[in-house]
Amino acid sequence: MMRTLTLMAVGLLLALPLTIQASDLLPKVPLPAGKDKCVEPTDVMRREHMHFILHQRDETMHKGIRTTKHSLKECINCHNAPREDGKVAHIESKDHFCNSCHSYAAVTIDCFQCHADKPENTNYRHSLVENTLPHHPEMSGSALTKDTLNVLATKGDAK
Amino acid sequence: MKKKITYTEIEGRSLGYYALLVVLGALVLLGAGAALYMEHNGHYVTGMSNQIVWGMPHVFAVFLIVAASGALNVASISSVFAKTAYKPMAPLSALLAISLLLGGLVILVLDLGHPDRLIVAMTFYNFKSIFAWNMILYNGFFVIVGVYLWFMLDRTMANYSKYAGFAAFFWRLTLTTGTGSIFGFIVARQGFDSAIMAPMFVVMSFAYGLAIFLLVLMATYSWRGAELGDGTVRRLKNLLGVFIAGAMYFVVVFHLTNLYMTKHHGVEAFTLRDGGIYTQLFWYGEILVGGVLPLILLYLPVTGKSRIAISFASILVILGGLAQMYVTIVGGQAYPLEMFPGKEIIASSFFDAGVKSYTPTLAEALLGIGGFAMALIMIPLALRILRFIPVSMADAEIDPHYREAK
Amino acid sequence: MKQLPTDPSRRNFLGKTAAAGLLIAPGVLLHQVAQARPADEAASSKVRWGMLVDTNTCSKGCDACVTACQTENGWGGEHSNEVKSSPEQQSQWIRKVTLRDKQNGHEQSLPLMCQHCETPPCVDVCPTGASMKRADGIVLVDKHICIGCRYCMMACPYKARSFVHEELHDQKPYAPRGKGTVESCTMCVHRVDKDGTPACVEACNKAGHQAMWFGDLNNPNSDISKRLKEYGGNQIRADLGLNTGVRYQGL
Repeated sequence: MMRTLTLMAVGLLLALPLTIQASDLLPKVPLPAGKDKCVEPTDVMRREHMHFILHQRDETMHKGIRTTKHSLKECINCHNAPREDGKVAHIESKDHFCNSCHSYAAVTIDCFQCHADKPENTNYRHSLVENTLPHHPEMSGSALTKDTLNVLATKGDAK
Repeated sequence: MKKKITYTEIEGRSLGYYALLVVLGALVLLGAGAALYMEHNGHYVTGMSNQIVWGMPHVFAVFLIVAASGALNVASISSVFAKTAYKPMAPLSALLAISLLLGGLVILVLDLGHPDRLIVAMTFYNFKSIFAWNMILYNGFFVIVGVYLWFMLDRTMANYSKYAGFAAFFWRLTLTTGTGSIFGFIVARQGFDSAIMAPMFVVMSFAYGLAIFLLVLMATYSWRGAELGDGTVRRLKNLLGVFIAGAMYFVVVFHLTNLYMTKHHGVEAFTLRDGGIYTQLFWYGEILVGGVLPLILLYLPVTGKSRIAISFASILVILGGLAQMYVTIVGGQAYPLEMFPGKEIIASSFFDAGVKSYTPTLAEALLGIGGFAMALIMIPLALRILRFIPVSMADAEIDPHYREAK
Repeated sequence: MKQLPTDPSRRNFLGKTAAAGLLIAPGVLLHQVAQARPADEAASSKVRWGMLVDTNTCSKGCDACVTACQTENGWGGEHSNEVKSSPEQQSQWIRKVTLRDKQNGHEQSLPLMCQHCETPPCVDVCPTGASMKRADGIVLVDKHICIGCRYCMMACPYKARSFVHEELHDQKPYAPRGKGTVESCTMCVHRVDKDGTPACVEACNKAGHQAMWFGDLNNPNSDISKRLKEYGGNQIRADLGLNTGVRYQGL
């Protein structure tokens, strides 16, 4: 009897740090400032996100349909936006929303063998000529990336 | 009058048996290690590149796959062509066919950029792809030859074994045609583009498969200390000679047709004269070691009766076969693509000009050898479990037309 | 998060605006007639995207197209993310090739990349269907189902495809690429889907060579079609009858 009680006490004692830190262990899927919800309700997203992404993947890959609602790129853009210090989490880190959940659930994903794990460069598609052709939000003005233009400026006319 | 043949398993308790398993098992483990190493790091640890995309693993894999269908020959001769003298060897022949194909496929799969996606390869089919046909052909081969084996080993089903044998025969011909067509239908590369590739692979498969079968048969009976009649050995070695000559014939025709077409003169000059290692492998490996020498050994009266010489000839056929695969697969890629007729490429950042070089690394060679060892280790293991071989292969036991020598 | 406008009427209106030509920088006009396609509409076989290279104006020392492709799609170059692969193993989506006529010594240079065949051998041979051609003629690799067998690389007459030999990091969001899969020129499909022009073509124009043209081969009024009609254009390895989407003048 005494032995059992001791064991229980020890067990409780051991479990204490766990209960304290439980919230830290739970996965985190941050939303960017100014957003209060995802494109689907949380419980739907939790269960179905892979189906959404898989469906969108084939639509985009084979048909060129580029709606953003269920695209992996938009998941990354929103949930892995740069923090206030300007840093972005990489997939290897627990701060990355995908890894945060997937390591918790012990499910391996291979999306990021190929896909970028962070949003595109904020300077990407920076426009040289403001508002020339704003029919695509991402592509207002120049369709050349800033990087490309920089390179061209330095090496361009090699005639 | 038909004699009843008693089949047996092997005892498999001798030191030699375990030594064989240890050696082959070590090679299999080395191959597995090499595959893990390649899979973990990526293909940069191999000599393969964007210029030579298929290398050593494919040389071994294609050789084994081709040899697998050839190893089934002995069984086919007994069931399709009703030669009773071959019947006692049919189960071993089918077993060897399955094990060689498995060894070859393991190499092929482990060399993929994504071996983890094997399930994708099995669930997504592009029916225009010869590769996809081959996946069906390979899987079908296991099923059909497996059923054939079952019918041969199970007395209650023995009556059906002939039909299964027919099915297996046609399937194996299709399979080798498909394997040859992987290369034959590549119109982009001068070294491959030829319809004769498919029948050439079929005849080569006869020789490679029979050479391996002969070695396995002679080793099994010699190590068991049981009798293997001279009549059987003579029959098989003569058949091997015919197959080698047949393969040589196709090689000659293949190159002659290419030489007839002016646009193929470049690649022919490369293989036959200027190709360095590929030219040497062609003349010394494929022709001399894989063709001329074994023919001499098999047919010279002095050596033709010696089992050592016959074994040696069989080994030479295997080495020549590997050389042939190397010349065909790697040599075919080393020769530059002819994109701009009448023009020479004087500058390119992507190695468009000149012959491409390829130096295999240890990892990819070990993967190939490991696959070969895996094909072979299945034989002693299976022979110990099931009754694949006759107790005795003495001529008087198995040959209905046998007569005592004068 | 910005949502793309999906109202078709608005898109059409804007499409017509775009048709007037894209002003990308002072003095540089893109000769491309864009037809705006809503983001939720599938690529159509009414369009066949193609490119035209004028080897007479393609400058020998210039590799602006290659550099632009590298920057856009995140391969090769000075900051290549393939650090372990040998030069023979590193990817090249587009390369410059210099040719000399064996008879008269005439030299010319041209960019060589995926030719976006109408009947692509790479698509025929791919066992899983990862190698695919979109309805609008752009040939792509679906890396999700690519098993890395490299049969497409064996079959391509232009050696236009590369295999990724090592683990990659820092890919571009628009150009996913990774270890163990095959890749090649995508004709900058992510830009084309948004009425853009491939990076190489833009860079060539920006560099002032005007040697590359992009547009709809099915539309007789597109600049590329008009130019092809007037001056003609050759295919590399025309003997194979692949009806390539990339054509060359002066070859």
